[in-house]
Amino acid sequence: MFDLILTQTLNGLASASSLFLVASGLSIIFGVTRIVNFAHGSLYMLGAYIAWTLVGRFGPADALGFWGGVVLAALLVGLIGVAIELLILRRIYQAPELFQLLATFGVVLMLQDLTLASWGAEDKLGPRAPGFKSFLIIAGNRFPTYELFLIAVGPIVLLLLWFLFQKTRWGTLVRAATQDREMVGALGVNQRLLFTSVFAFGSVLAGLGGALQLPREAVNLHMDLSMISEAFVVVVVGGLGSVTGAYLAAVLIGILHAFGILIFPKITLVLVFLVMAVVLVVKPYGLMGRAPVGQARGHGPAEPLLLPADGLTRLAGAIGLVLLALAPLVAPDHILLTLTELVIFALFAASLHFMMGPGGMASFGHAAYFGLGAYGAALAVRWLGAPMEPALLFAPFLAGLAGVVFGWFCVRLSGVYLAMLTLAFAQIAWATAFQWVELTGGDNGILGVWPSAWAVPKTSYYYLTLMICTLSVLALRYSIFSPLGYALRAARDNPLRAEAIGIDVMRVQWIAFIVAAFAAGIAGALFAFFKGSVFPTYMAIPRSVDALLMVLLGGVQTVSGPIVGAFAFAGLHEQLMKATMYWRFGLGLSIVLLVILFPRGLVGASLMGLERWRRRRRPAPGLAVEAAR
Amino acid sequence: MSAAAAPQAQPVLVVEGIAKSFGGVKAVDGVSFAVQAGTMLALIGPNGAGKTTCFNMLNGQLRPDKGEVRLAGEPITGLRPRHVWRKGVGRTFQITATFTSMTVRENVQMALISHAGVSFSPFGRARDRHREEADRLLARVGMAEQADRACGVLAYGDLKRVELAIALANRPKLLLMDEPTAGMAPRERIALMALTAEIAAATGIAVLFTEHDMDVVFTHSDSVIVLDRGRLIAHGTAEEVRRDPNVRAVYLGSGATSGGH
Repeated sequence: MFDLILTQTLNGLASASSLFLVASGLSIIFGVTRIVNFAHGSLYMLGAYIAWTLVGRFGPADALGFWGGVVLAALLVGLIGVAIELLILRRIYQAPELFQLLATFGVVLMLQDLTLASWGAEDKLGPRAPGFKSFLIIAGNRFPTYELFLIAVGPIVLLLLWFLFQKTRWGTLVRAATQDREMVGALGVNQRLLFTSVFAFGSVLAGLGGALQLPREAVNLHMDLSMISEAFVVVVVGGLGSVTGAYLAAVLIGILHAFGILIFPKITLVLVFLVMAVVLVVKPYGLMGRAPVGQARGHGPAEPLLLPADGLTRLAGAIGLVLLALAPLVAPDHILLTLTELVIFALFAASLHFMMGPGGMASFGHAAYFGLGAYGAALAVRWLGAPMEPALLFAPFLAGLAGVVFGWFCVRLSGVYLAMLTLAFAQIAWATAFQWVELTGGDNGILGVWPSAWAVPKTSYYYLTLMICTLSVLALRYSIFSPLGYALRAARDNPLRAEAIGIDVMRVQWIAFIVAAFAAGIAGALFAFFKGSVFPTYMAIPRSVDALLMVLLGGVQTVSGPIVGAFAFAGLHEQLMKATMYWRFGLGLSIVLLVILFPRGLVGASLMGLERWRRRRRPAPGLAVEAAR
Repeated sequence: MSAAAAPQAQPVLVVEGIAKSFGGVKAVDGVSFAVQAGTMLALIGPNGAGKTTCFNMLNGQLRPDKGEVRLAGEPITGLRPRHVWRKGVGRTFQITATFTSMTVRENVQMALISHAGVSFSPFGRARDRHREEADRLLARVGMAEQADRACGVLAYGDLKRVELAIALANRPKLLLMDEPTAGMAPRERIALMALTAEIAAATGIAVLFTEHDMDVVFTHSDSVIVLDRGRLIAHGTAEEVRRDPNVRAVYLGSGATSGGH
């Protein structure tokens, strides 16, 4: 038993080091630029790939070749970081934080395809590190010396960072900027240079973290997202902006992982989740973090006026619905399938919009509830032998229940903290579906989730989907204009004022979270019967981001936005997939351009344009900013 | 206390020995006072005197270390802001706090909906609820014509009036106003405070406000309390306070105090 504990502790500490390198870089960049860099995991992955190439070229057996390759790889990643900062981030420092997150996710997609194009799809096995090929016998256990070296890297880097931040001018500036950006600017510091150098520095740390993994595990294309979600957990637990917190949390999470394999081999992430939950309840801003100064949303522009739909918008909606209802008369089968999917995604997007728009809570893990709806239906079919109708009814409750549990934690946070926590929860749901093979079939999913006989024809299932989704979307819309929807917007617009008129802000946000999860569950259940199967990918990060894109494409401040956005996104997606095998790159580029060009979304931008045009014709109308219909 | 002479009823607000420390600093140190129904009490003092801390202990944003706060005889010490509001306390903020995605009328309707206890209801259109009452409140503060405008585009003085209407929505016994005239033009200041005094007198609401502008304080308060470095140093009518040597020392500077206003 003692042996096992020792081995697992050492294992945990070894994996903590790379996690710490990535998380501290993420944390430092956030501290200064206030950008949560989604692409940080991609920089880590690039570090590993570049190191693989360089070490292979310089000679893996030679100490200088190996270590030179590792260090050079980290520096090259730093250069890539500089390029990203100059080309993209510099243009969006003023954008809402959600758009910044999204733009960096666009970078994730682009880097994914660039990596695929450069190194191919198969995993790359790295060489062992020269000088660290032997084992050390500790208490009768063979322990690789490279692992011990990695364990030492964490504290050494922590010490170096401490020295850098306490003893150098640059470090002092970084600390000052983390505390008060405007003040540093007012003191005449070149902010652009500071931001670029900080981003480069964080990128070097991520690249080094990736390069050091080379002797430890195969380099693969999934390293980016699995690392970023763990790094998010680490910075949330440790406290954003705190390097020491990042180290503590990385060690905690690393060791938990190692022991989780012993205790819950099927669902190791549950343990991580429990610890994270406890930390967040006791210290909402992490072990070493501090509450953000002022209101998290304080610097954003005032929320525009939201009005119920006018006659024209209603008419457009009704015409759209009639067209959808008539579609089966003319559309061939494959178009009908596309339409079914579109209608499901419109509900999925509308459910996310409900918590994001009126609720002001951006979720980067909304696919969890979509996926849980799908799994709810599939599990009911597989384990209870339920027919479609009761399964469709049961499924949203599973998603809603997850909303009750996860939402309880999420509403305690706001802004990027909330976004990162939702992402972490979604990863937990995904990992559970992936790892709990007996229940969910793991990667193979659950097959044979077919509709009842009457709904098997494509037209019947289309009408069933159209009816359920239309009713659900209308119900969401209706509640946005009900007292609940108003209380939700009140809590978003001004939480202090909302509390001061007796509104329980956390409770109303919690309700909205649950409603959104439930509605996403409906969409997921319909999707399960539509596809006839469910897979863990239904809950994966890319699907969450799809939903975000639909909402943002349409414009988060408009009620009809998500519907328009869902259709626009699906169209874009399909065209890109048809046009190129590197559609991820195209999608990523589109996201980045969208954020830079239309920060208000398509509907938001066209409404603004319309308003400007109206004003030119008829100066100074009574109502100014009307972005909403 | 001079107000204790009033024979008719107990004071609306009674504050007894409240104290709050941050680290080792005693921000408020044993402050006691009372506010009578229908009167306006001004809380003044130089910067750093503890006015805001004192205020936040009354509205629920801070929990006092010591002491008690009673509203109409009932203890409300340490309750959260929303519970303090339910007990009958309305408030306005130093920097106006309204819901920018709603119209002026909807802002007031929201407060009325919350007062009616149906904020969690997913049924019915919020715009149709308590419409007449919202309009009546807006008329009371002179904002009836602007009821359909967005709160995000109002002039600052008008926003203050909307806040006043919101604060009146739960028919409060006590109105807390933190720096009500900060950032306003002199003419607007007088109008707003005259309106507040008129409402207080007509409805019997007790008003407690902090203020920097001495003209406003001396014109519109029934009595004044003065804080300095966390302690209550004077209490009386505006005229009494104006003549108080301690107060003069604090405001004009006897060399021992921090800068005043």
